Amino acid sequence: MSHDEGVLEVRGLHKRFGEVEVLKGIDLDIHRGEVVALIGPSGSGKTTVLRCLNGLEVPDAGTVDFADATPVDFAASPSRAAVAGLREHSAMVFQHYNLFPHRTVLENVIEGPVLVQKRRRADATADARALLERVGLADKADAYPYELSGGQQQRVGIVRALALKPRLLLFDEPTSALDPELVGDVLAAIRELAAEGWTMLLVTHELRFARDVADQVVFMDGGVVVEAGPPSEVLVSPRQERTRQFLQRLLDH
Amino acid sequence: MDESTWDLVAGSFLPLLEGAVRGTIPLALISFALGLVIALGIALMRLSKVRVVSALARGYVSIIRGTPLLVQLFVIFYGLPSIGVLVDPWPSAIVAFSLNVGGYAAEVIRAAILSVPRGQWEAAYTIRMSPAQTMSRVILPQAARVSVPPLSNTFISLVKDTSLASLILVTEMFRQAQEIAAFSREFMVIYIEAAVIYWVICVVLSAGQTALERRLDRHVAR
Repeated sequence: MSHDEGVLEVRGLHKRFGEVEVLKGIDLDIHRGEVVALIGPSGSGKTTVLRCLNGLEVPDAGTVDFADATPVDFAASPSRAAVAGLREHSAMVFQHYNLFPHRTVLENVIEGPVLVQKRRRADATADARALLERVGLADKADAYPYELSGGQQQRVGIVRALALKPRLLLFDEPTSALDPELVGDVLAAIRELAAEGWTMLLVTHELRFARDVADQVVFMDGGVVVEAGPPSEVLVSPRQERTRQFLQRLLDH
Repeated sequence: MDESTWDLVAGSFLPLLEGAVRGTIPLALISFALGLVIALGIALMRLSKVRVVSALARGYVSIIRGTPLLVQLFVIFYGLPSIGVLVDPWPSAIVAFSLNVGGYAAEVIRAAILSVPRGQWEAAYTIRMSPAQTMSRVILPQAARVSVPPLSNTFISLVKDTSLASLILVTEMFRQAQEIAAFSREFMVIYIEAAVIYWVICVVLSAGQTALERRLDRHVAR
């Protein structure tokens, strides 16, 4: 697959929560069809990066530039509409799924396409059913979230994001809240999306999965990118001591 | 009780029922509906990030909760005419009760909105819903579930509080009772009869609350 066409270019992202500087200047480049795994110890700022890209947090400085869109320069205090506009390019899959409990699976999935993208309900429904079928949930379309297992809910979460046809899928620790035996199904679904050529940025603790699926691994610590590169380098023979220590700690675990 | 007392109870039942059906119940229903609209507006104002707006709403709630309902009724019905605003008994009662429910229910609705997890807002935002769409389609339906029990309390209180309207000449059930009692001199019998009718209305409302709660809970694991 060609990785030439840029999808996202992030430069100098800074974010501070009160006294704590969570992001201290993050650069990130993502190309079409690429799978990027964001790894690092908790508190390193990985999730904040994701949330900034989706306009759920407003960074204090830095630019986020989705190709073919006006770059957003946060140092210039962009309007609320400009920040919300970032969401047109990406969709987020949450650690805790965050499905709408009062809506069926199908309603969860078609809400965005019908309400926001103004697609015809019949078309959106047909697409949603096809997507649900692909993640093995065709028979759950009319179920309510509480009737599903965590793994099933997360696959619905993925389908809800996919239904918007975003250029970039954001995954925030998609398997961290799941019982171990349910992790496999969700990872399999993500793996399949990677194979189909979706562009994805994942915050994950699943290093083996990152090694198998990611084109690029970005290791963050203390609000900076310590090391980035193909998994064969970052995960197998890291150049930085901090990366090595982090991997060692996970292996000892 | 002798036979004539029973006759009095039976004879006054229809007038009292009429007072309930034409006075108490519509007064409560209309005031509650208008009150909920006011409450939603006040609750949203309370949650506003604009300081002046939330302060106004806080002031409103404080005044409504900090003054007796009877005084509010009297200010509107007996007070306003002295500054040239004459309001009839019925509209006076509806205005006073609506404003009152608005103050109490606003706090209930605000708390219910705040009880919806932040992840629900974020999920709505990530599928590109606007704040208004998020509020109406994601947050309020979930807040409704939480607010049914406390709002039912507000409604049941209101049904009983409508008896205060008798003091500004609204012919609701309690005013009927007062008139019958004054005429027959059987205060105990007539007032207990009225009390029983209030109680029956509230029992029916409680049953309605249970049914509504069950309906709204059907999508949530217990």
